[in-house]
Amino acid sequence: MNTRAAPIEARSTRVGWVALAIGAAVVLVAAIVGSVVGAAGLDPSSVVKALIDGMPGVSLETGLTPAETVILYEIRLPRIVLGALVGGVLAVSGATYQGVFRNPLADPYLLGVAAGAGLGATLGFALTGRSGWIAPLAFAGGLCAVAITYALGRSVGGRSPTSLILAGVAVAAFATAIQTYILQQNVDTLREVYSWILGRLTTVGWDEVVELLPYAIAASVILVAARRMLDVLALGDEEAKALGVNVGRVRGVVVVTATLATAAAVSVSGLIGFVGIIVPHTIRLLFGWSYRVIIPLSILFGAAFLMLADVAARTLISPAELPIGVVTAFFGAPFFLLVLRTMRGPA
Amino acid sequence: MISWHEVSVSYGPDTVVGPVDIDVADGEWVALIGPNGAGKSTLIKAAVDVTPHSGWVSLGGREKRPGLDIAWMPQRPQLPDDMGVGDYVLLGRTPHLGYLAAESKHDVETMRSALSKLDLTHFARRPLHTLSGGEAQRAVLARALAQEAPVLLLDEPTAGLDVGHAVDVLEVVDELRHQEGLTVVIAAHDLTLAARFADRLILLSGGKVVADGSPGQVLMEDTLTAHYGADIRVLEDADGPVVVPVRRSR
Repeated sequence: MNTRAAPIEARSTRVGWVALAIGAAVVLVAAIVGSVVGAAGLDPSSVVKALIDGMPGVSLETGLTPAETVILYEIRLPRIVLGALVGGVLAVSGATYQGVFRNPLADPYLLGVAAGAGLGATLGFALTGRSGWIAPLAFAGGLCAVAITYALGRSVGGRSPTSLILAGVAVAAFATAIQTYILQQNVDTLREVYSWILGRLTTVGWDEVVELLPYAIAASVILVAARRMLDVLALGDEEAKALGVNVGRVRGVVVVTATLATAAAVSVSGLIGFVGIIVPHTIRLLFGWSYRVIIPLSILFGAAFLMLADVAARTLISPAELPIGVVTAFFGAPFFLLVLRTMRGPA
Repeated sequence: MISWHEVSVSYGPDTVVGPVDIDVADGEWVALIGPNGAGKSTLIKAAVDVTPHSGWVSLGGREKRPGLDIAWMPQRPQLPDDMGVGDYVLLGRTPHLGYLAAESKHDVETMRSALSKLDLTHFARRPLHTLSGGEAQRAVLARALAQEAPVLLLDEPTAGLDVGHAVDVLEVVDELRHQEGLTVVIAAHDLTLAARFADRLILLSGGKVVADGSPGQVLMEDTLTAHYGADIRVLEDADGPVVVPVRRSR
């Protein structure tokens, strides 16, 4: 064996086929588990047959009644697909924020996206009372919050990643304060807003999926394409700049992309926390430091993670449902502390 | 030739450096010396555009291109803990790649040859945080070399190294300079080492050039004593001047 070449060939910036295959398999298993488990008590083998039957060019006797087929296609599947999209978006956005701000604890929540979206949604519930306004207002709230965080962070601390995170915390606290005030004034909407804040994947047919899909696809394509730049940014702004990289432009494009996708996800699913921390860090532990690996795998594992979390939310206290945000927080908060403990001190 | 033209750096109303004009010939090794705060690092950073400045830096008479024309080794490089040495060196190819491009075979070859020139081939997969100080300096040099830029700017490349490792690093730089025909500009604190390796010393003080010439011309006892604020003796050795401090209270 050529001992000189061998160690270099095994670079850790390539996504291995094995890792991709594992990711795809986990997504598939999660989707099947998600469609088999549920309140309607559909026969698992019939469900699997129906899924295969649904593929183009395949026809199978499924053994499901027409009503059961409707439950599968119009209730369970949209919810599973929505879970996959939201999970993939939140995980890849978390990974992106961690890379671009060189902060292992950065996620959509620390930057104020979630709190801004929460405020927008609350305004939607309280002022209009119509659910059609919730998503656009949540979306606008999330974007405004990040814009303010970014402007504040820059004006206070120049380009330091820490000042940005601190600005995000301040913006989040401010948005939450206004939100609480509005809720105090509109007690009748409390329950609805509360359920939204806890996160949910309830759907009305395929509408939410169609709403989120373009953002999820666009964000995935852009972030996967820019993943090498995130590795360059790990060298710090100055060294990246000296390598000819327009750091401001790269950071801008990547942050706007992740934020748009996060705001779109939050606007349909409510506040589902910790996905952006748990998934990228697990991938980092299993597959290494490089964002060229972490970004694509975050999409797959994030999708699988949220589908499985939704299964837990639907079954743990069935026939009632736990809010999915409670499930992710239950696993995520201890995980967050674990990350905090294992972080190496600042250089 | 790399040239600093009327380069100055200001913080608010205070001009801390410059205006400075410096020309460095192709293949020359120049050491910027001077007390802390004299502007050595600042001039180097201005050349790679990481510090706001007025004036401009040219290469062969045209505006320099960041990354492609100048490779910079910062005083305190960021070394991501878990990144492997080979992957780190490969990031030096960034100026040659588009924003969305992946490295080609040629880039990997360049990385490999940079590793072997710095005797790091067997470290290729080692995470950066496992390297000693001297090994880390060599890894940073390898990354700079992978940029294939004609000019190498080194900001105190021997800071934190013992005298043996310091000489090792500078010997490697000198070898590379001859092999690759590089132009080298370093910021240096150790005047004796600077005199051993550089063709020319430029003494900066208070943001201005106060002496410029061969080591023998610049390292004068009264000049150094005036600008460093300490009693300094310059001894003559067969290899060049040796700079030693003298205790004040005797």
